[in-house]
Amino acid sequence: MFPFSFEWVWDMGHMVFFGGFWYAIGILSAGMTYCIVKAVLNTMNDSGESH
Amino acid sequence: MVQENHNSAYKFGMVIDLDKCTGCGSCMVSCMAENNVPFKEDETNKKDSITWMRVYKLTNDKPFPDTEVVYMPRPCQQCGGKGDHGHSPCVSVCPAVATDYGYDTGIVSQIYTRCFGCRYCMGACPYHARYFNWWDPKWPEGMEKYLSPNVSPRMRGVVEKCSFCYHRYQAARDKAYAHGNKDHIKEEDYQTACTTACPAGAIVFGDLNNPAHEVHQIVKPDPHPDPRNKHVAGKSRNPKIFRLLERLGTNPKVYYLSEREWVRKQGDNYLEGEWEKIKNHHGKASHG
Amino acid sequence: MDSALIPEGAKRCPLPKFSIGIAIVSAVLLWGVYAMFLCWFKGLNQTNMNDYYGFALWIWADLAVIAVGGGAFFTGLLKYIFKIDELKNIINFAVIIGFICYSSALLILAIDIGQPLRGWFIFWHANVHSMLTEVAFCLSAYFAVLTIEFIPNILENRQANKVPFFHHLAHNMHGVMAIFAATGAFLSFFHQGSLGGVAGVMYGRPFAVREGLLVWPWTFFLFTWSAAAYGPCFTLLVTKTTEAITGKKLVKDNVIHLLAKISGWMIVTYIIAKIIDTAYWAMVTAPSLGFNLSHFYTDNSFYGYWMLITEIVICGVVPGAILITKSTRENPKLRLVAIILGTIGVCLNRWVMVLQIMAVPVMSFDTWALYIPSWQEIATTVLPVAYGVILIAFAYRYLPVFPQEQELNQVKPVTE
Repeated sequence: MFPFSFEWVWDMGHMVFFGGFWYAIGILSAGMTYCIVKAVLNTMNDSGESH
Repeated sequence: MVQENHNSAYKFGMVIDLDKCTGCGSCMVSCMAENNVPFKEDETNKKDSITWMRVYKLTNDKPFPDTEVVYMPRPCQQCGGKGDHGHSPCVSVCPAVATDYGYDTGIVSQIYTRCFGCRYCMGACPYHARYFNWWDPKWPEGMEKYLSPNVSPRMRGVVEKCSFCYHRYQAARDKAYAHGNKDHIKEEDYQTACTTACPAGAIVFGDLNNPAHEVHQIVKPDPHPDPRNKHVAGKSRNPKIFRLLERLGTNPKVYYLSEREWVRKQGDNYLEGEWEKIKNHHGKASHG
Repeated sequence: MDSALIPEGAKRCPLPKFSIGIAIVSAVLLWGVYAMFLCWFKGLNQTNMNDYYGFALWIWADLAVIAVGGGAFFTGLLKYIFKIDELKNIINFAVIIGFICYSSALLILAIDIGQPLRGWFIFWHANVHSMLTEVAFCLSAYFAVLTIEFIPNILENRQANKVPFFHHLAHNMHGVMAIFAATGAFLSFFHQGSLGGVAGVMYGRPFAVREGLLVWPWTFFLFTWSAAAYGPCFTLLVTKTTEAITGKKLVKDNVIHLLAKISGWMIVTYIIAKIIDTAYWAMVTAPSLGFNLSHFYTDNSFYGYWMLITEIVICGVVPGAILITKSTRENPKLRLVAIILGTIGVCLNRWVMVLQIMAVPVMSFDTWALYIPSWQEIATTVLPVAYGVILIAFAYRYLPVFPQEQELNQVKPVTE
């Protein structure tokens, strides 16, 4: 799963497989981070407006 | 992992003379004792009991007095996979690298502490050579003292199989190293338990790559791929020798020998009339 | 009593009635949970699996729920990527069904492995060449996608939505849902395919093995295609069942007709590919290994040609034909027949690609092996169904799952 696992080999199979996997995980994490951060900012703006 | 070394490394295999085998079961018993194979109180259900070495009974399906019977010992076939590149049916499917192909020995390993029991390898193996530990291993009181210290017992929930008595290989390797010739394991120093236990001398074991070894001399493995099936390599040039399900391209390292045609025919599946055409090529060299 | 949680303007049955229903299903669920713990604590000797049947009922259930759960990714793909806007009226429900299917699959897998505590090895010590590894990675990642797709719907609950942060979060997630849906489609393509690949790469098993493209056997593509084709059938079937139980129309006919039409064309194209694949395998692949087609369908008491005909013709060609023809598609009874047949068809295909593979003898002197699951296996397979019913019941009661519900039930509200 990680390059420090002993069965890891820097071959095409590992790069394609884990490249795809980490790419997907990266998109999901980035997407969720964006949504959460934006929601926090929106909430802060709301409370700012109400004052 | 060093695929290129395959030809220069050992390639352990065996040939079993089915005409000599009496079906006595010594190979099975010695295998179980040697490898700490667990057993159940009731072993009648052969579909869930563990027999690394299993003896099948084959008949020619003819009525008396023409009935003939042959016993076929079946250890793990230590498949080299398509083209003999080491991608055995089981190794290529294991999701956690718990079974691996030894390019230095040709032996398919099973790492019990790595296996998490998905059983995909069992589905992939057409020989039923792989067994699952459905129960915790239990030995009758006192018998645990007879367990071999050289082989780790397996826990519930993992797959196990014949290892060609790999611990004996390790011991032979150590011995060779101690004698200052680490790259040369003597034929007599590494023999599997079933080979040494067979009272009929039906099993011959050794290095298929070494022309000095008896197994090589009997099998005469063809170094070229089979021209009729590019996936098949190491086919025997002895016309009386066959491998189980050779056509699938699994490339086993266990060869069988029989004078009888009906026995050789049962080694594989043939369409109607196909055997008559193929048998003349069977076991013959593809390249002279 | 719980009216504050029920979506505004929606009619729901009284809480006691709801509770009794949930209690009945929970009893079934507990039966499954009990069997699950038996398997975990006593081991897989609780099952009727054996060394011939390393893969059995559970793996079938896994493949089947993932196939029918394919409606989620495919509907998501159509809605968010191909911008078929009508499907917004059924996407929430498709996602919930997918969520149930995938969480069930993960649970079954956790029971099915011999050493559950080592389950993480499949990730940590991954063999990238194994189809099962690809399944594990993509399945888990796609489950994360389904969770992400489900969250906004949960946050739209009347009370949750009053919390400003949740309100904004749901809104923001809707905004970028196309990206999540695209990732989900990517992951689904691979794990649905890999599940097909699991069988197709077993070159020691002539019943399973297929040629293919690069590292992917044809079953890889057939599984993805069939999940996309039949998944919507299951979505429609569960929608229909929910409508029958609640006594309400929840999704407009034009939406149902559209999804049924898409499903129909997918089934037709799939079944053509499946017929070609089967014919090639029967006439070229299997004979090249020394097997006649009859070897796989005779000489045993269960697996006959009826299986092949049922899967391909009765549960493939027939539902496909019904769903692509406007008059039959828009006939509610025939449509119901088609979506039931379709759902059975894909489940049957998964059964064949798991259990029949194990049953067929390969060595010439071997025999057919048949298997009947133990009650523990059946209970743990029923468990996800009970869990699914409960989750759908809660989701329907407390979340705005069906955007058209109020409009459809305004004129003539159902009396309780």
